[in-house]
Amino acid sequence: MKSLAFIVTVITGVLLIYATADFPDWGDPSSPASLHVSPRYIEKTVEETGVPNMVTSVLADYRGYDTLFETTVIFTAGITAVMLIRRPRK
Amino acid sequence: MITPLENIIIKTICRLLIPFIQLFGLYVIAHGHGSPGGGFQGGCILAASFMLVVVAFDLPEAKRRFSEKMNNIFSSLGVFIYAWTGWMCLLLGANFLDYGILSKILPVNPVMARYYGMFSIEVGVGITVMAIMVSLFLDLVTGGKHEEALDE
Repeated sequence: MKSLAFIVTVITGVLLIYATADFPDWGDPSSPASLHVSPRYIEKTVEETGVPNMVTSVLADYRGYDTLFETTVIFTAGITAVMLIRRPRK
Repeated sequence: MITPLENIIIKTICRLLIPFIQLFGLYVIAHGHGSPGGGFQGGCILAASFMLVVVAFDLPEAKRRFSEKMNNIFSSLGVFIYAWTGWMCLLLGANFLDYGILSKILPVNPVMARYYGMFSIEVGVGITVMAIMVSLFLDLVTGGKHEEALDE
């Protein structure tokens, strides 16, 4: 059973490494990620949102929904930690 | 456990240093649009200033300045501010978190309304991160027993 798991792991690893050969090169300007929404963010950030910082405009405006629930995750995790650890004096 | 520290040098230096750390934290939150920074980083800096109070003074003194109840209120207030910025846009007739519509209630054009919408959510993120960091620090450093922390 252990050798079977080893063989499955090796085959999966080889397949994954083989698949990385099809990835676009690092920083390739014609890769799908650079062609779809990135040019819009780079060209229109100042015009559309008025902030000079592209990172903030993506984080807080174009991807605002994501950041809302990032904040909610921090809030929920913190409240859970307080509920589990805190022992008030009776 | 936290032992009270009777060292006049540390206390004086921290008393001088803490306002500047908090000012820097507020700067990082408020200027997160134009420079590296934002709510998460600024909230952590504000929380660090509070941790310095706990380390330099003691826990009851720190909790007298920023009580546990206030801390819990602040941790939910940040998410409240963020979500209500989104809801305001929804109530004014745009999509959720589409800040351009806030120009109806703010005296600015839609582009600058997006700017101030982003500022508002950064403030919300900063408040939540600060309060959660402080409460995590206090609970972990005392094992959840704030009141008994100085007894032993």
